[in-house]
Amino acid sequence: MNTPALALTGEESAMLAGTRGAGTAMAMRLVTGLAGVLGATRLIPITGAHIDGCLYHGRAGLDFARKLVDLGATVAVPTTLNVSSLDLMHPGLVRLPPTEAVPARALMDAYTALGAKPTWTCAPYQSVQRPGAGEHIAWAESNAIVFANSVLGARTERYGDFIDICAAITGRVPEAGLHLPANRVPTLELDCSGLSASLLAHDAAWAALGDVVGRRSGTGVPLLTGIDPDLVDEDKLKALGATAASAGGVALFHVAGVTPEALADAPAAPESLPVERVTAAMLRAARDELTTAAGARALDAVALGTPHFSLPEFEKLAQALADAPAFHPDCTVWISTSREVLARARDAGFVQVAEARGARIVVDTCTYITPILAPDTRTVMTPSGKWAWYAPANLGVDVVFGTLGECVASACAGEVIRDDTHWS
Amino acid sequence: MTPTGPNTVRGEALAARTLTPGTGTGPLLVLDEPLSFWGGTDLQTGVITDPHHPQYGTSLAGRILVMDASRGSSSSSSVLAEQLRAGVGPAAIVLGARDAIIVLGALAAAELYGTRLPIVLADGPVLERLRAAAPATATVQATADEAIICTAIIGTEGAP
Repeated sequence: MNTPALALTGEESAMLAGTRGAGTAMAMRLVTGLAGVLGATRLIPITGAHIDGCLYHGRAGLDFARKLVDLGATVAVPTTLNVSSLDLMHPGLVRLPPTEAVPARALMDAYTALGAKPTWTCAPYQSVQRPGAGEHIAWAESNAIVFANSVLGARTERYGDFIDICAAITGRVPEAGLHLPANRVPTLELDCSGLSASLLAHDAAWAALGDVVGRRSGTGVPLLTGIDPDLVDEDKLKALGATAASAGGVALFHVAGVTPEALADAPAAPESLPVERVTAAMLRAARDELTTAAGARALDAVALGTPHFSLPEFEKLAQALADAPAFHPDCTVWISTSREVLARARDAGFVQVAEARGARIVVDTCTYITPILAPDTRTVMTPSGKWAWYAPANLGVDVVFGTLGECVASACAGEVIRDDTHWS
Repeated sequence: MTPTGPNTVRGEALAARTLTPGTGTGPLLVLDEPLSFWGGTDLQTGVITDPHHPQYGTSLAGRILVMDASRGSSSSSSVLAEQLRAGVGPAAIVLGARDAIIVLGALAAAELYGTRLPIVLADGPVLERLRAAAPATATVQATADEAIICTAIIGTEGAP
């Protein structure tokens, strides 16, 4: 069962041979190496890339980027950058020791030297410039990947560190995985008709749904049915995808009547699709699984903006805070976002409403990957399924997963307040 | 290819397909659930730190790691490359699916540091044999053309 050989164009062969420099040749070695592993028989051009390799995880990532810089490589397509572990706009906010902060900054500098835009966001899809349906792209970072595939209808495989920048430098990816239409058809149907409109009004319910979807789907392609399209917006799909990618390996989902590849004119799903019903009880169980803190207790912080807070989310928060008092002095509300969205939300006056009640803004990075929360923080509440998944291991904190309304009420009270009417 | 020795009770040679070439020996560790290297394993020690994972606290360092596929974050490539640089990576990885994130970590480490982590693709029955054999020691030999996983269960409780 031998895999057919990879056929390169003249230009691609030349890149591999080094006519565009040793850096491009090194990048092409990884692209063709991946093609071999995936069994691809050719490479395809991409229109853009999103890089996750700019987050410092140790010397290997820095060694790799610096080697490409030293060998003279630059990106061949428009390329955005995911978060780093530093907030360059608010110096001193991140308490990384110099042994980590210095190489983390060097890594950011290396990626900008390669020609990528210093966007520093995990939500490049919130930018005014984003890929369209059917475009082949090379995106890294699991939440960005699943959003690009599912919500934008663009086509990206699950790219990660190293291959993301290599694809950007060569402008090529293997023709494999989710670039191929055959791999984008649903593998199971999740019937959500039993979920009430009031439950699906909460973004956190979509994160809990993502947990259920991730655990049921693994690396498959779920088709969610029975959801009123009027209940859906991009923030809810962001929450769904980010949690499904954390809890499973979901890189593409469809919502019937909503997402571009599941609209009325899309090809029908396979008739033999297995069907499972999703219930409100499953979402409540997911909520409880995403919660590691037991019982009522004092709340030290609230984490919003994982993935990065959007303009509509800032607006929603400002509305929720309209009649709210200041946050409790012992509870800090952190909002992670991108510089681009922050500027727009400040122009609209939404940011000031939150800041006036004590909220703190984080850009360029995120509160669950780098030390920002006060060192004595024990209990944190979040409406983000992804934050709830990773923060206990990354930060050593206990997490309470809840709706934005529960988070706001708890932040004002300084203790965890549950509202079970949100979850029925 | 079955290993022999005075205490070998049983062992077998299983065929797989090479994703990255190399040779590695160590105790088998068969993951009960998918794992995200990023956020789920420690950079400096290779220990599983994901509290949701059933094998929380187990070290991947020097093991023949058997897993269907990775889970979650695409930063896992960097974590694996860094663990290989630091000498706390697995001795070999046996995958049930073509997992690009895992393979790219090994390709990058090879490009930078000359490490050769064997990664092989195995089918369902082979994965079941490895699950049955764990925690026995195994050797993975992967060349460009073929890959073989040899298990050896060593003990003194009597030959079959």
